[in-house]
Amino acid sequence: MQSGSILLRTTKPISSAVFALCLAGSAFAAEITVEHGEGANERLLEALIMAQPGDTVMISEGRYELTDGLSLDVDDVTVRGAGADRTVLSFKGQTGSGEGLLVTSDRVVLEEFAVEDTKGDGVKSKGSDQITFRNLRVEWTGGPKAENGAYGVYPVSSKNVLIEGVTVRGASDAGIYVGQSENIIVRNSRAEYNVAGIEIENSFRADVHHNVAAHNTGGILVFDLPNLPVQGGHDIRVFDNEVVDNDTPNFAPEGNMVAIVPKGMGIMVMANRNVHVFNNRLDGNATAHVLVAAYPNEYEDENYVFVPRGVYVHDNVYGEGGFEPDGEVGKTISDVSGTPVPDIVWDGVTTIPEYFSWTASENGVYVEEAEGTTFVNLKMISQLLLPWGWWPDTDISSRAGSLPEPEPVKLPQDGGA
Amino acid sequence: MPDPDRVVGVVTAALAAFLQFTSLGHAVSDEAILADRPPQLLSGFEFFADAAAQVPADGVIPYDLNTPLFSDHARKHRFVYVPSGKAATYDPTEAFAFPVGSALVKTFAFPAALDAPDVDLRLIETRVLLRREDGWQAWAYLWNDEQTDAALKIAGAKVPVTLSGIADGPVSFTYSVPNKNQCKGCHALSGEIVPLGPKARNLNRDYDYPEGAHNQLATWSESGALSGAPDPGDAPSVPDWRDESAPLEARARAWLDVNCAHCHRREGPASNSGLFLTFDESDPVALGIGKRPVAAGRGSGDRAFDVKPGDPDGSILIHRVESTEPGVMMPELGRVLADHDGVINDDAQRHDQSEQTDHVDRLARGQHGDHGRQQGYRNAHRDPEGDPGVVGPLYDGPVDDWTVIHPIWR
Repeated sequence: MQSGSILLRTTKPISSAVFALCLAGSAFAAEITVEHGEGANERLLEALIMAQPGDTVMISEGRYELTDGLSLDVDDVTVRGAGADRTVLSFKGQTGSGEGLLVTSDRVVLEEFAVEDTKGDGVKSKGSDQITFRNLRVEWTGGPKAENGAYGVYPVSSKNVLIEGVTVRGASDAGIYVGQSENIIVRNSRAEYNVAGIEIENSFRADVHHNVAAHNTGGILVFDLPNLPVQGGHDIRVFDNEVVDNDTPNFAPEGNMVAIVPKGMGIMVMANRNVHVFNNRLDGNATAHVLVAAYPNEYEDENYVFVPRGVYVHDNVYGEGGFEPDGEVGKTISDVSGTPVPDIVWDGVTTIPEYFSWTASENGVYVEEAEGTTFVNLKMISQLLLPWGWWPDTDISSRAGSLPEPEPVKLPQDGGA
Repeated sequence: MPDPDRVVGVVTAALAAFLQFTSLGHAVSDEAILADRPPQLLSGFEFFADAAAQVPADGVIPYDLNTPLFSDHARKHRFVYVPSGKAATYDPTEAFAFPVGSALVKTFAFPAALDAPDVDLRLIETRVLLRREDGWQAWAYLWNDEQTDAALKIAGAKVPVTLSGIADGPVSFTYSVPNKNQCKGCHALSGEIVPLGPKARNLNRDYDYPEGAHNQLATWSESGALSGAPDPGDAPSVPDWRDESAPLEARARAWLDVNCAHCHRREGPASNSGLFLTFDESDPVALGIGKRPVAAGRGSGDRAFDVKPGDPDGSILIHRVESTEPGVMMPELGRVLADHDGVINDDAQRHDQSEQTDHVDRLARGQHGDHGRQQGYRNAHRDPEGDPGVVGPLYDGPVDDWTVIHPIWR
């Protein structure tokens, strides 16, 4: 094949992949092994550039000290290391590019390697369809620092995103960040010592489950922001996660949205439509376990919906929390609620027309939790309109109700449609 | 002043173009352009009659741009080749649509000193964009030390360069030849490789051909390489951003258009940022005014807005184009130095840049009807309320302000 002169290509047919290869228009799938050692960086770069659809690029065990970003722009390629602690791509000496590894092609699997100390983002996909991040480790090894890159695992403007078994530590924005994407599964992953552990932003149809978000500033965030090409995030399920001990002081550079997140936030839903938070275990989150809130800043965007529309919080298990509310947000809440802050906090913001009439049932905020779970509606609109006579609502039964749950997300690369 | 070496080449190319001369013996290899694989050596294309002197072959037209991309002060020799009998199709906004078999060729070179730009010019790399049946392909060739030919470099290269005239004393830095994927990092529109430079607004200027100065659009049309172009007077143009006689606003927008908007546009690699800086962008928030960053990370430099009117030091955009730190600097690729003249080096330039930032703001506000573009570039007042501030129900800000502007009232 074309790149035979520069790469060791062992070309062999793989019968089980024949169908996929026919689709890709390629007769053979090759396994290209990049061995550690002299010239490995250039060989790795070339392997990713010259890969053909259907190929697997194997990165041998070892530590690769890279000085520039890597990128993949070929469809139907798997990039596989020898394990997240055995194949380590270190970008400590990086002098260029905005991320460690950038993928811009479709049907790509990245698995079994680590990316360390990138100057910008760790592993990014932009505009990919069927992108899988599996058993990766992305880490800033110096611990939480504002100088660390923003995102660890970072699919954006992508479709059919599978993130599983990854570990991200030290991201100065979000460890696992999915932005402006659709059809997303984040599962069995671990995010710790990031500002945000896992963040789903301006995205459609996401299942976030069986993850551990611990020792971040905030555990799991579901945000929708204005002035972006894709907005109106909706149909998000956050379930069966461990969201515990998120106790790292916020180290995000100012100006970033997550810089508002107080230390000790468990799960935060901001704007978005139809978000379901259930069966999670929340413990040791010192500001609040769950916060449902409107977008707090001024903006100019006719198309943006700044309030959450349809949020259903149910059947979660709450341990100790709210005992040390942090920062401005923590103070705003605890000034109203007292300390400890209740398990579930809603800012109570609606639009003014709704305030004076009603909110359609599908747009409501509903809570169904075990006996003893605490709740507060901060009633921010009443604070504003009736400064002389308002009080917070701590009656959890006032939010009784439910919403129909979105269908589970199915991905083509995960046996789904 | 035209490069004397290049004038020799222009004699060849321009005479052939204007007077329909037949070949003098240096014809471009159409086969190399269309071959499955690019030649290992640049000479395989036969783009040049004298490659070391950057003298083009017959049918290869040199050109310049009004406002070029900053590339660590590299000097650039640009050439276009359109196969005989075919023509590129004019477009008023985007790069022209080139026919299959066309090539765009750009050589990056450094002199020893910026104040003697033609002396001891060392050729570093030549990048080619080839228009094939299935789209464009991008390749970079690294020049050898003897300056006799350049070799294909798929994985890019790092080249030490020492240049004086930037600061006191020579500055040494590592110039980066892009790898194949990095080419597409900038040259991408909706995921496909595209040319960036040859747009009407940036080509619409005179070039010093040996017969005398002549408008490039007119030259391309007259040579048959371009079809459908209007009279240059009716085509758009941007100023040379260094031209102090040109409107400041247009200079700033030209600089942003060329240095940022290849990614920062709705169809570009940075589409997800929501920051769009093409020359014709009119949405003030998309231009960054009062726009909060979305994925800037430490690139925010603790600033809240991409462009904060009246406050260049408080604007992320300025912070990032000044920076030379990977992960912060913008653009991400294509430079390791800062654009000293374009950004900020001393108080006077900082003042200038401040006005440029303001101008992005003023332009946008003008299109809201405050002070229109046609009012020109006089010292328009700064909007004392230009800073949108940070207000909202849960976090901070005086309630009075909030009641006026908060979208709950919609």
